[in-house]
Amino acid sequence: MSSTVDVPEAEKQGEGKKKETVETVVVRFCGDSGDGMQLVGTQMTNVSAVYGNDVSTLPDFPAEIRAPAGTLAGVSGYQLCFSNHDIFTPGDAVDTLVSMNPAALKTNVADLKRGGTLIVNEDAFDKSNIAKATYESNPLDDEDMLQPYRVHKVPMTRLTRDAVEGLGLTVREADRCKNFFALGLIYWLYERDATPTEEWVKAKFANKPEIQEANLRALRAGYNFGFSTESFTVHYHVEPAQLPPGKYRKLTGNEATALGLITAAKLADRGLFYAGYPITPASDILHELSAHKNFNVKTFQAEDEIAAMSAAVGAAYAGQLAVTASSGPGICLKGEAMGLGMITELPMIIVNVQRGGPSTGLPTKTEQADLLLSMFGRNGESPLPIVAAQSPGDCFHAVQDAMNIAVNFMVPVVFLTDGYIANGAEPWRIPTQEELKPIEVKHQTEPNGDGEYLPYKRDEKLARPWAVPGTPGLEHRVGGIEKADVTGHVSYDPENHEYMVKLRARKVAGIENFIPDQKVDGPDSGDVLVISWGGTYGAVRTAARELQSAGKSVSHAHLRFLNPFPKNLGDIISRFKHVLVPELNMGQLRMLLRDRYLVDAKGLNKIKGKPFLISEVVEAIEKML
Amino acid sequence: MSTDLPVLSPKDFASDQEIRWCPRCGDYSILAQMKKVLPTLGIPKEKFVFVSGIGCSSRFPYYMDTYGFHSIHGRAPAIATGIKLAQPGQQVWVITGDGDALSIGGNHLMHAIRRNVDLKIILFNNQIYGLTKGQYSPTSPTGKRTKSTPMGSVDHPLNPLSVALGSEATFVARSVDVDIRHLTSVLERAAHHKGTAFVEVYQDCNVFNSGAFSFATDKKVKQDNIVYLEHGKPLIFANGSKGIRVNEGSRPEIVDLDGSVQEDDLLFHDEKVAEPSLAFMLARMRYPEFPEPMGVFRAIEKPTYDEEVNQQVEDAIAEKGEGDLEKLFNRGDTWEVK
Ligand SMILES: Cc1ncc(C[n+]2csc(CCOP(=O)(O)OP(=O)(O)O)c2C)c(N)n1
Ligand code: SF4
Ligand SMILES: [Mg+2]
Repeated sequence: MSSTVDVPEAEKQGEGKKKETVETVVVRFCGDSGDGMQLVGTQMTNVSAVYGNDVSTLPDFPAEIRAPAGTLAGVSGYQLCFSNHDIFTPGDAVDTLVSMNPAALKTNVADLKRGGTLIVNEDAFDKSNIAKATYESNPLDDEDMLQPYRVHKVPMTRLTRDAVEGLGLTVREADRCKNFFALGLIYWLYERDATPTEEWVKAKFANKPEIQEANLRALRAGYNFGFSTESFTVHYHVEPAQLPPGKYRKLTGNEATALGLITAAKLADRGLFYAGYPITPASDILHELSAHKNFNVKTFQAEDEIAAMSAAVGAAYAGQLAVTASSGPGICLKGEAMGLGMITELPMIIVNVQRGGPSTGLPTKTEQADLLLSMFGRNGESPLPIVAAQSPGDCFHAVQDAMNIAVNFMVPVVFLTDGYIANGAEPWRIPTQEELKPIEVKHQTEPNGDGEYLPYKRDEKLARPWAVPGTPGLEHRVGGIEKADVTGHVSYDPENHEYMVKLRARKVAGIENFIPDQKVDGPDSGDVLVISWGGTYGAVRTAARELQSAGKSVSHAHLRFLNPFPKNLGDIISRFKHVLVPELNMGQLRMLLRDRYLVDAKGLNKIKGKPFLISEVVEAIEKML
Repeated sequence: MSTDLPVLSPKDFASDQEIRWCPRCGDYSILAQMKKVLPTLGIPKEKFVFVSGIGCSSRFPYYMDTYGFHSIHGRAPAIATGIKLAQPGQQVWVITGDGDALSIGGNHLMHAIRRNVDLKIILFNNQIYGLTKGQYSPTSPTGKRTKSTPMGSVDHPLNPLSVALGSEATFVARSVDVDIRHLTSVLERAAHHKGTAFVEVYQDCNVFNSGAFSFATDKKVKQDNIVYLEHGKPLIFANGSKGIRVNEGSRPEIVDLDGSVQEDDLLFHDEKVAEPSLAFMLARMRYPEFPEPMGVFRAIEKPTYDEEVNQQVEDAIAEKGEGDLEKLFNRGDTWEVK
């Protein structure tokens, strides 16, 4: 990250203070889960996005909702990266770390760059908090530890209390506002326009005027503290980014998935039916969809994931665009009913917002370890198409691709995201009406065979017709027992079974003719091809580009379609000497690629519940060059 | 509209599939009565959907020429809920067995009932797992010897009607496979109920549990062992010679109608009372201590789940206007890049 020193005349604030222009900044707020870190992180993201920077975020919260205050287990963090150019990740190392207590300092300081800015709430460094953070003595007195950083010890609690004095708040209420103090200070440090945050506070606390005023005062006090105190001698300017022209807003991956589903249903002119059982990190899809019932969206919070999946199958039979979402443990429960959706050949989407496994695993952390579950996690020969989104905003487009496959091929489609892109946010260019791809849905209304309805007679794509209950004359039965070809009657005939198993597999394989060819970023032949999928896109793309700029023979193929693979993938692979597959698992895509293309692909595998750093990927590629 | 309906007969509801139940299985009779009831409802054939789980009983949808879904073990109530929410205009029937509904599918049954989804759930209770060839089920009596309990079952059975009542059912009834007239009338009542109608049918599995309900079907003894429920009427059985009275301990007791007890002193059935205690007490009357009640235990009105889910969609449209993508995309803070 380069920086240049601006001429002091450009300064408008903070008389005599130096302003530096920088390209990219990584800020992380961390504190106790009761300190409101997610909130201020989101606000900082909003104002940066509205200002025109490219942004990428990484919220990181503890699994316990109310871990004991001040403990290491209770630390909550929010990292965001904002830049004057396209960025794909929330950044490897932190430029400015705001730490609200000793526990947060302890768990986060290692990620701060040497020479980075450390802002701490020194009021929180009392004996009890220091002990809870398992420090032996006050770390703020440890000069060796703090030596590499530009340290600002700010008495945030006291200053916040002073700022809100006279509003009649309790001490607790007053102390709750200190996150806005910290935010105000960061706004000064990075020259942010606080207006969107002020408006948010006004709307949020419209019914609590004293809380509203207190937060606004705390925000201003933080800002003014940076402006007037001597300890802050520099502040920073980041130009807006040159993103493709258009109108933008900020979206998280889960919001984008929900919006994409609503859009798909609207474009298909069909009702959207969503069934789910709450689970981290997928619940926000249910929350978002249930706020948009006026789009003819019906949401059903089922008694468990088995019921949610079953209800989706029922709604699909009844002609709606049916969707269910969950995460690993819930997807396991859905397995049997997914198989029913498969054999009854009904269109639906199963969203898996992957998290750390196995079992309950790391519920609030990210992982990509459910690819093989999506491929093979059902009894019998039960291939399902798999589509994976690459970034928060991409969930919008990718889930529509999934829906398109589902309705065109009459098949349940697995849609994979992960905790990282589901909770992460980025600027999303609002599509124009013309950019929305229509989705065509046909319901059978007439007999298709000599006056009778043949539910398993197929079209050229091998898709069967979709006749909806209520249609006169097309009464028919479906079910989980093997179907006779064409008629769909129950059949135990061995020849028919083998034929049908192969037919269903052929249908799914045929989707390769429907999806676009795989694109390669970089030359289409060379030394190293990096193949990735899902939420690792940002880190891998940035790493590959860095090496390309350094003149290395590296190309990158990021897969959106994982079953079937794009038709030209084998061809692409054959034109490179080495293949590297970075994944947040033990090598699941690599296994599929090796099996399918007999290629000696190597893996870069990380299973820490955290996304790749760009540097990790760069290093792994360099080793292969 | 009903005047334009073609007049349907039971034959119109028979599919072309060969029926594969064992000869003399109780399921045949239930199928036959269903085919009799449906044409009387004034509903076009395409408006029915039969959903089942897995079990002998669950093959039912294949034998009906309606829309149908033979699904997976235990999940029929959930699948049916999806269908009903998607297509509230369909009349949705769930066909299930004692294992299907109360063992593997207990959770879905309970939740469909408490939500009051407009489903007609018919539980074929043969007190055995028929399809898997004769293991004991959650309704088999303690001590039952089966393939999986050669020394007798040590499980305590549960009572389907108690489960339904405990789940706040709005309609609960019981009948017997071979009691043709009674079964027809109960199915008809279920069809007309708005909300979850739960019907337990005693069904003979003559291969693995033959005669489990002979106390209620055998012409020689059944009048002493069952009592027909009629709304507003006293509970009288044994050809009018016996009645049921509630004693001082608020428990039912059998009394002889030999003149010492007046009809007015007997328990009068009220299926419409909001409080389910009476229905619960009736459900707990079990042979051989008591005659087992047959008929409608409870039939009250409550808004249905499907109605309310769809109403919320309509309310949202009325309040915010029909969904507009442009508006949806532009919610919150937006900014322009030139
Ligand atoms: C997930 C699953 N587990 C087990 C089975 C095996 N199975 C099929 S039917 C059945 C029990 C059926 O009993 P019941 O519901 O009483 O129906 P009946 O055959 O008596 O009508 C069992 C255990 C299955 N099909 N699926
Ligand atoms: S096994 Fe029993 S329940 Fe199943 S078809 Fe035969 S008689 Fe009927
Ligand atoms: Mg049974």
